[in-house]
Amino acid sequence: MAVRAQFENSNEVGVFSTLTNSYALVPVGSSENFYSIFEAELQDVIPICRATIAGTRIIGTLTTGNRKGLLVPTSTTDQELQHLRNTIPDEVKIQRIEERLSALGNVVCTNDHVALVHPDIERETEEIIADVLGVEVFRQTIADNVLVGSYMSLSNQGGVVHPKTSIQDQDELSSLLQVPLVAGSVNRGSSVVGAGMVVNDWMAVTGLDTTATELSVVESIFKLGENMGPSSINTTNKSTMVESFY
Amino acid sequence: MAMEIDSQIALPTRPLANLQTAATILCCNCGAEIDGTTAAGALCNDCIKLTIDISQGIPKEAVILTCRDCERWLQPPAHWVTASPESRELLALCLKKLTGLQKVRIVDASFIWTEPHSRRIKVKIVVQQEAFQGTILQQAFEVEYVVNYKQCPDCAKSFTANIWRAVVQVRQKVPHKRTFLYLEQLILKHSAHKETINIKEVKDGLDFFFAQRNSAEKFVDFLNSVTPVRKKTSQELISMDIHTSSKSYKFTFSVELVPICKDDLVALPIKLAKQSGNIAPLGLCYRVGTSINIIDPQTLQTADISTPIYWRSPFNSLADVQELVEFVVMDIELTKIQKGRFHLAEATVARASDLGANDTTYFTRTHLGGVLHPGDTVMGYHLTGTNFNNPNFEAIEQSNTYAGGIPDVVLVKKSYERKRKNKSRNWRLKRMNKDEGELLPKKQDQDRIERDFEMFLRDVEEDTDLRNTVALYKAQQKRERDKMEGLETASAAETDETGDDDIPQIEMDELLDDFDELNVDEDGQANG
Repeated sequence: MAVRAQFENSNEVGVFSTLTNSYALVPVGSSENFYSIFEAELQDVIPICRATIAGTRIIGTLTTGNRKGLLVPTSTTDQELQHLRNTIPDEVKIQRIEERLSALGNVVCTNDHVALVHPDIERETEEIIADVLGVEVFRQTIADNVLVGSYMSLSNQGGVVHPKTSIQDQDELSSLLQVPLVAGSVNRGSSVVGAGMVVNDWMAVTGLDTTATELSVVESIFKLGENMGPSSINTTNKSTMVESFY
Repeated sequence: MAMEIDSQIALPTRPLANLQTAATILCCNCGAEIDGTTAAGALCNDCIKLTIDISQGIPKEAVILTCRDCERWLQPPAHWVTASPESRELLALCLKKLTGLQKVRIVDASFIWTEPHSRRIKVKIVVQQEAFQGTILQQAFEVEYVVNYKQCPDCAKSFTANIWRAVVQVRQKVPHKRTFLYLEQLILKHSAHKETINIKEVKDGLDFFFAQRNSAEKFVDFLNSVTPVRKKTSQELISMDIHTSSKSYKFTFSVELVPICKDDLVALPIKLAKQSGNIAPLGLCYRVGTSINIIDPQTLQTADISTPIYWRSPFNSLADVQELVEFVVMDIELTKIQKGRFHLAEATVARASDLGANDTTYFTRTHLGGVLHPGDTVMGYHLTGTNFNNPNFEAIEQSNTYAGGIPDVVLVKKSYERKRKNKSRNWRLKRMNKDEGELLPKKQDQDRIERDFEMFLRDVEEDTDLRNTVALYKAQQKRERDKMEGLETASAAETDETGDDDIPQIEMDELLDDFDELNVDEDGQANG
């Protein structure tokens, strides 16, 4: 399921939120609309945490995470960290990273198995990423951009990269990540796909400007068609599943 | 078919490069497959053309103002420029009128033809601008200009009376108009009167009015370069703004021509004669250029009196062309002295009126030895029996040196017998349009003016030097009329001309074709 959303007139959904398979982070906004969109899809499935990082609302830019862990920058206050620990599931490891490149969402792009990071990231950080998120870490660029988190959107099903990425680069990245990749744009031609959308294995939230073409590309590469989400267990597949129980 | 086979053979093999540029993304707008590495901002070319308008912010309609009378265009804020339709100047004016053109690069601009009466000007402009990083978009669009009328201040001024800024008053205090007729021809030939807004005929001269002081100065300079003149400038304060100290003046240039004409008999002050190469003080003015040229017919000695020297000790002519009398050459004997076209000769002449009455003859020396033959009639001044009221002449009479050198007769020019007064000439002169003002010529004045003009025409015919300085035109109407009347008149004219072949004729190749004939009507007759 891919939905369009806007955070206080901004289409950069990926800047203002983080979405993984086990939790979602949304900022403490003045508007409830943005939260409601996440709530409508994720209520009773995964916890949705309203958070701030270092007092700001750009939590998507500053944090990165996957099913197994969450990384926050040094600027995160103790109180904010405690709030995160209280809200998201206990099995998710939360780690504060001492990293010069503190906008972790921009420099790290990860799914549950592999992470691509900024080429200049520190060695310790790379190890922490591998440990906390339980992933293999590769230093990469996307279409000659070092901000891999901004220019790539990744889930366990697939990924969207900067529209100017060549086929060779896509093939190379695809073989690293072991998921299909496609070049594309969000928000009516914006090339910052990582900042323009958030995605996990069964849903994606993109900016309100995203065109139908872009949305269809997103849905097909992330395999977000109808009856693919966890809720479908409750509907179409239910009878077959129930039958198999008996 | 053979053609198709040929074309198939000629088909080039598909280049490999085509495979490299495979489509990688879908156009975010229309879903077309495009190559993302070269596309601009995830849009296909068609969508870029459709969605992005680089001419945004450039007005597609504008108003330009033109003056109905002088057909100049207003270049804001207050500049009026001359520009013909569809000219570069007009295009520049049109483009300057558009705001927002600074943000884009103009590649091309051209006029689209419109009906002049539509009062619309259409300009096609091609602009370029960078739409995305590395993507330059080119777009063509039309701008329609509405041409509105606005009277320019200059024209507004010209519709008001008394708008001249400067006037040049040209005066010559002589009883005839020959110098002015010649000056008129010079002005016409050099188009020196182009900037005048009015030419007015006044007593003893002409007034030339100008809208600008500079034009008047230019005109005065022109006069200075062709005639001996004395200039006096004065200015009159019209108004003054005491706050800004800006003043407006009217300028008057008083230009006085030397009152000596060609063929005038002059008596120089003895002092001046001595200074001018010790020439005999009684002489003939044989040419007036920028200075006065005087010849002593007794010795062929010439003197050149420049304008400033003349005005240091001005003198009047002793006798002018109106006092010429006719003589008949009885006998003439050339001497060996020759200077240019002048040949000194010793002639015995008798007054034409004396022929048959008495046998009085006069002996004189003349510079016309080259043209005179016994039996010719010649015009000259008869000094004996003439009382001159001239202090310079009296001084000559009283001087020991020069009193003996006063001849009885001074011959001036050969006279040609003209059978008809209005002999049909094959050439004509242009005239300036003058405003006669309050001085409407009386009947006798009209005769005098006609006589003066006829005299001038004869001068032009007889004097090559003079003729070279003026522009002569073919008399077209005359010839056409002759043609219409038929062969008989033409042959009659021919016999006429063979009859007086002595009279100097002007060759046809000296004459100019008149192209103004079609629209300028000088004689008040309709020109077909």
